[in-house]
Order: sequence, then C-alpha cells, then structure tokens
Amino acid sequence: MKPLGEVTGASLPERVQAAVDAAAQHAEAVDREGRFPIEGIEALRDGRLLGLAVPAELGGEGAGLADLAPICTALGGACASTAMVFAMHHICLANLIDCGLESPWHRELMHRAATDQLLFASSTTEAGVGGDLRQSICAVEAEGERFNLAKAAPVISYGEETDAIFATARRDPDAPSSDQVLCVLLSDQYELERVSTWDALGMRGTCSHGFRFKASAPTEQILPRPFADIAAESMIAGSHILWSSVWCGIAADAMAKAQAFVIAEARKSPGTPPVSATKLAEAYARYRTIEATIADALGRWAAMRAAPERAATVGFSLAMNALKVSVSTIALQVVEDCLMICGLQGYKNTGPYGLGRHLRDIHSARLMISNDRIMAGAGQMMLIQRSPAARRA
Amino acid sequence: MMEKIRELIDLHAGLPGGASEITDDTDLYRAGMKSFASVQLMLALEEAFDIEFPEEMLNRATFRSASAIGQAVGTLAPDSMAA
Repeated sequence: MKPLGEVTGASLPERVQAAVDAAAQHAEAVDREGRFPIEGIEALRDGRLLGLAVPAELGGEGAGLADLAPICTALGGACASTAMVFAMHHICLANLIDCGLESPWHRELMHRAATDQLLFASSTTEAGVGGDLRQSICAVEAEGERFNLAKAAPVISYGEETDAIFATARRDPDAPSSDQVLCVLLSDQYELERVSTWDALGMRGTCSHGFRFKASAPTEQILPRPFADIAAESMIAGSHILWSSVWCGIAADAMAKAQAFVIAEARKSPGTPPVSATKLAEAYARYRTIEATIADALGRWAAMRAAPERAATVGFSLAMNALKVSVSTIALQVVEDCLMICGLQGYKNTGPYGLGRHLRDIHSARLMISNDRIMAGAGQMMLIQRSPAARRA
Repeated sequence: MMEKIRELIDLHAGLPGGASEITDDTDLYRAGMKSFASVQLMLALEEAFDIEFPEEMLNRATFRSASAIGQAVGTLAPDSMAA
C-alpha cells in the first residue's frame, strides 16, 4: 500500500473525475494485459475515495449506497475493472460498518480503511458448493483466542492486491453448511497459493484468480452477525445495486460512442436523417430503463434502511433480484444496439467507436451470480409474495 | 398451537439434525433451515392455521425460531392460541 497523499480539498465530483480520468487512460492496457488497474485504484486512493463510506467519527465521510452508485457508474464508463473493484471493495466495507460498529477491532479497521485507504476483497465462493454464496464447506477452527481457516477458493477477485479478505466459512467444524460467519483477515494473516489464472473474456483487470487460502487470526476478527443475515439484509442488495451501477456505466459509455457515431453520420449528409438515429433512440429507451430501475432500487434500499428493524422483506428481495437480472440483461442489449449502430467501426478494436471491450466486459453481468440461479431463488419467493396484485388474483 | 408449529418445523424446515434437538428458541437458520425450506414451512403454516402472512411479516425474523413463529401466528390468528 502506498503512503497517504494529502487530502486535496477538492470537491467530491472533482475527486471522482480525477479517478475516472486515470482509469480511462489505462483501461485499454489493463484489458489487453489482463492486469490489475493499479492507476485507477491509486487515483481512488489519492482522492480518498476508498474510505468514503466509513462513518465520519472514524475518519471517513459516511457515504451511503446512493453516493457510491453514481461513482460506480462514472468509473464503469471509464474502466469496468476499476469500477468493479471499487464496487466490491465497498460491499466489504459496508459489511464491516453494518456489523462491526460495536466491536473495537472492527472499528479500528474502519478507521484504518479511511486513514490508510485500505483495499478490501471477499472470498465467498468455494470449490464444491456449486457457486452458492450461502453454503460453505470450510469451517472456522478455533484454538483458544485464535482460529485457523483453510479454503479452496476458485475465485478471489484482486486477491493478490488487497489489504484484507472477507471470507465466509462455517461457524465451527460441526455447523451445517448454511451456518456461516464472515471472517476478516488482514494480508499478513493469510497465505494465498494461486491455483488458476484469470484469463477471461472480459473484466480482465479484476484479476479473479483461483487460490488455496490459509489463514490464522484472533477470533475477535470474525464479524459478530451470522452471514445469513448479512447476505439477506444488506450484502446481496448492496452488491446488486453497485454492480448494476457499474454495468449502467458500461452501457452509458457505449451509448456515448454510438451517439458520437450518429452525429458524425448526420454531419456527413446534412438534410438526410441517418437511419442509425432511430436505432439510437431505441437504445436510449432501453438505457433509460436501467437508470430508472437503479433509482427505484436505491429508493427501496433507503426506505428499508430507514425502517426501525431494517428487515428485508420478500418483496424487497424480489425487487433486488429483479434489478440484477434486468440490468445485466438490458445493459448487454444496449451495448449490442450500439454495436449495430457503429457497425464495423464498433467491431474494430482500434478507432474512436470500438466497442469490443464494452461487449466483453458486459457479458460478465449475467454470470456474476448466474441469473438462472437468481431466478430459481426468486421463483420460490414468488410463492409467498404478498403484493396487492397477488392478493387480487 | 406450539405443538402444531413444532410438528410443521419437523416436517418442512429440513433441519439436518431433525427437529428433536431444537427448543422453542433455537435459531432455525443456524440449525440449517435454508430459504427453500423456509418457504415450504411458511406455506404449511398458512394452511394449518388458515392465515395469510402480510408482506411486512415476510422477513427472516418472523421465521427464526418456533417461538417467533408462535408469536406471528398468535398475532394473525388469536383464536389458535388456545388450540
């Protein structure tokens, strides 16, 4: 981790723009080389944006999802890998803040997250559970005040670049697979042995390699809330909102290219409206549904958090599932629309209208927690949804 | 009522260790109840007690334990308390 820069005194939009510019400048190299977007992340650190959500009394700025979502979108239009790292980091940080405010160790980590601009990653998937976030095979093995944890992780995004890993595990060796806790482990408390390399179609800068992960740490670092509650009541919704915001950014940048292409066409032949303008309007209509769906989800999130019990109802969970599935599907359609508009100019990897990286990156959206899996879970929830429409039927 | 609830938990909660080990305050999620099982349990409760859980009660806390379920059912079907 690099030493702290000075707080610049710049406004939040200026700090975000500086990070967006740095991310955009290196996006092609990050994608081509499949390397970590270090320039974008350093720019986020320099702008003090990695600790944005930490409560003010612990050195941060108390930002919520409504503040973070537009930053994800802005970054997503520049470099989707940088944006996704930013989003995933903030999901970890949100878990820490949601569950750790009563715990001295976790409070100190929040403070360090703000002052030292630490980067956090998560290890939720595990070999053998078929991609189910809510199940673990590995278990916390307590020995007095400490515990050991060994996990076969098919994917840990930016595992080699992070300052801490938030890992799920069964509560103890006798616990059922769904009785999980979330363990916070600092980079000097674990060993990572890389077992597979992330050479993927898109999102290449997330460096989501596979690892054998072995950790040992004091038990006080385990978050006090059951992971089932963390997942159901904040983590899944938060992930879907921030991921969707990243995908919105990819679609927005594709739209910007397509619009520039149509304007150039219109200039070439004044008096004749370009055929592609109609296609652009169709793409824009689709794009608007992405923005509207995210805005709706942020509203539901705010209402849920404002309620005294902060309990996620089935209706809330269904809305968040719908957000993820809709935005991941529609954003891909928008980028494909833009490809049709730009034609071969969009298909080329060189030139101002190239959309190859956008297309490859956005193809990850339906797969990051497979839409099929999400819809299977949503299908069960539909059995018990108690919306006015369901009552009338 | 609590006897019926315990019976439905045994039938539907899908607890790896069965329901014999649980008390009224056992956390059913920690005991291994997964989301699909909680849906099955909820549908069975609605049928058994002839109730309908309103949207605001459809959250994890309502189905966390036998006593939490008992409280919810008691609110929705006060007559069943005696049963």
